[in-house]
Amino acid sequence: MTSNLHHNGHQPILLGNARRGYRGVVQAIDSQRVASALQPVELESRLIELGFVEGAKVEVLHEGIIGRDPIAVRVDNITIAVRRREAMAVVLM
Amino acid sequence: MSSIESQPFNLALVGTPNSGKTSLFNALTGSRQKVANYPGVTVERKAGVFTTPGGRTVSILDLPGTYSLRGRSPDEEITRDVVLGRRSGEVVPDLVLCVADTTNLRLTFRLMLELKATGRPLMLVLNMYDIAMRRGVTVDLEKLSERLGIPVVTSIAVRKGGTVDLLKRTDEFAAQIGTAPVTSGWRPLTTAELRALQREADQIITDCVSLPARPHTLTAKVDSVVLHPVAGLAILFLILFVMFQAVFTWAQPLMELISGGFEALGDFVRATLPEGLLQSFLQNGVISGVGSVIVFLPQIIIIFLFILLLEDFGYMARAAFLMDRIMGGAGLHGRAFIPLLSSFACAIPGIMSTRVIDNRRDRLTTILIAPLMTCSARIPVYTLIISAFIPAKQVFGWINLQGLVMFGLYTAGITSALAVSALIKFFMWRDYEPAPFMLELPDYKLPRLKSVAIGIYIRAKMFLQRAGTTIFSMMVLIWFLASFPRPPAGATGPAIDYSLASIIGHAIEPVLAPLGFNWQIAVALIPGMAAREVAVAALGTVYAIEGGKEAAEQIGQVLTTKWSLATALSLLAWFVFAPQCASTLAVIKRETGSWRWMGVTFIYMFALAYVASLITYNVAVAFGAG
Repeated sequence: MTSNLHHNGHQPILLGNARRGYRGVVQAIDSQRVASALQPVELESRLIELGFVEGAKVEVLHEGIIGRDPIAVRVDNITIAVRRREAMAVVLM
Repeated sequence: MSSIESQPFNLALVGTPNSGKTSLFNALTGSRQKVANYPGVTVERKAGVFTTPGGRTVSILDLPGTYSLRGRSPDEEITRDVVLGRRSGEVVPDLVLCVADTTNLRLTFRLMLELKATGRPLMLVLNMYDIAMRRGVTVDLEKLSERLGIPVVTSIAVRKGGTVDLLKRTDEFAAQIGTAPVTSGWRPLTTAELRALQREADQIITDCVSLPARPHTLTAKVDSVVLHPVAGLAILFLILFVMFQAVFTWAQPLMELISGGFEALGDFVRATLPEGLLQSFLQNGVISGVGSVIVFLPQIIIIFLFILLLEDFGYMARAAFLMDRIMGGAGLHGRAFIPLLSSFACAIPGIMSTRVIDNRRDRLTTILIAPLMTCSARIPVYTLIISAFIPAKQVFGWINLQGLVMFGLYTAGITSALAVSALIKFFMWRDYEPAPFMLELPDYKLPRLKSVAIGIYIRAKMFLQRAGTTIFSMMVLIWFLASFPRPPAGATGPAIDYSLASIIGHAIEPVLAPLGFNWQIAVALIPGMAAREVAVAALGTVYAIEGGKEAAEQIGQVLTTKWSLATALSLLAWFVFAPQCASTLAVIKRETGSWRWMGVTFIYMFALAYVASLITYNVAVAFGAG
């Protein structure tokens, strides 16, 4: 995995790269460099509206059959289906 | 209490998708609801009326589900504009009911805070309260109401008496309401404000709601199978298989009953009335025309039964998840799966349900290809021609040849739909990135019979209204075309040879002759523009009026003597593609808001039909079937 973000210590992982079973906490939403059809602000707004806010606990529950895409993600107490492309905006710790 | 107001009290239901808004709406209004479209847009408008225990008449609007007031799709814009009182032609709601699934409050609470900031009179409805209690969720209602500064009621939409509290509080609210509507302010929130609102919502939940330690495990267990990449797809196809079996086998006895009934009615009219114009009009025009359409009611009911059950169960979102990448290969959105599936019953509800796709281009692609899905109106045309021309023999020892041809026609429709979609993506929107697929997978819930029954009732009513208006008038028109002018006295040939239908049929025959179509087919295709199934009735009318009563009863046998196999196959190919449905075209015009897309659909489908028939006919003739 290559990440655009470089931190000391813990290497953040993008939700779009996380495999089934991965558990983490949302650290940030960074929609600037994501190749989505949506404008960065729109993508960020939608992700927040579906519960992807900083501190939310996430777990990748299911993967689709083709290219392991889309993914079903537990976000606190709800389940969200999202394509990996858009999930790249969610930075996890 | 005798406070019956002359002005109805106006309620609007707002909530996130899956909040149980629609079951609450059904519980409050029962069958007293009206489904139409908002003028100028493609969004379904659901309104209803009910009377409170206090005797107050309440008119209620079920607004499209949304996560925020930003209005990212036409549906969500409606919700925002009605709430803010900006939508012309809609009354400003006296009270907005924000409906929340009590088991899942986070997202609704953020929406509610946004609603509250608009200054509209607001009440929070904690729906599915029984399920939440069973799962160990407890809500401090008083504290919550105090904290939010708005009334909070609980409701169990799916249970009798589950809305008593809601009705009582609505009465109380309506009694004390001031007359001057509040002007409301709203502007789109920045992402920072969204985050802040979510934090505030989370804080309120922490303070007023205690959540169970363990999450709902049943949904997780079911999903581990249903969303499994391989098992999940197998289950999806099993469900589809059962659904189509049901549509074609369960409906059969009912359909026979209906067609038998109309036949008996026609015979009764023939026996009772003296021979002449009126008898012919009632029997050949009215009764057989209406009967040929109403016979599809069982199939439509069964397909909507499945769709509504799967929707209420929470499965439809899963189907979209499973199909997203598979459909994506053809340039379609995962959510297009549901509309396209509905199009197997009828393209009209299919096209209407494309509003779940919020990206305009994805939605347009889905609308353009939906009419290629084999709708139930094609079935009578297919079965008539197949049973007349294809022998019922076994191939490879166990496959029924007639069934194989039917399967082939369905496959041709699906394959061409996917091909057209891929072409649209390639040629028209090459620069375009696919729209995001982001949706909530709700917890599984047992569907409630009453809600499903109301949903089916509303749709059946819409279908019958269509049958009673468009199709009926087209049937009368074809009867008129086939009956007038009357043959001159002493004429020797069949009466229809002197009719307008014959004139029109002969006029367009040269265009259709390369496809192997004779003038009778050309005549039948004209009223067949109203709806495909009308073509069968029209062929019956054309041949019945030409050949007398026996021909109408044995239309299949008549066709085998009048048509070659190549003509029959060519007509089958025609019906796979042809835009033979005025209602579908009208819906496309309404849903896309432009004549242009209707024209595009008509022209591309007509071209496909012509080419497919031309090839089929010439290949068949080359193989000696001419």
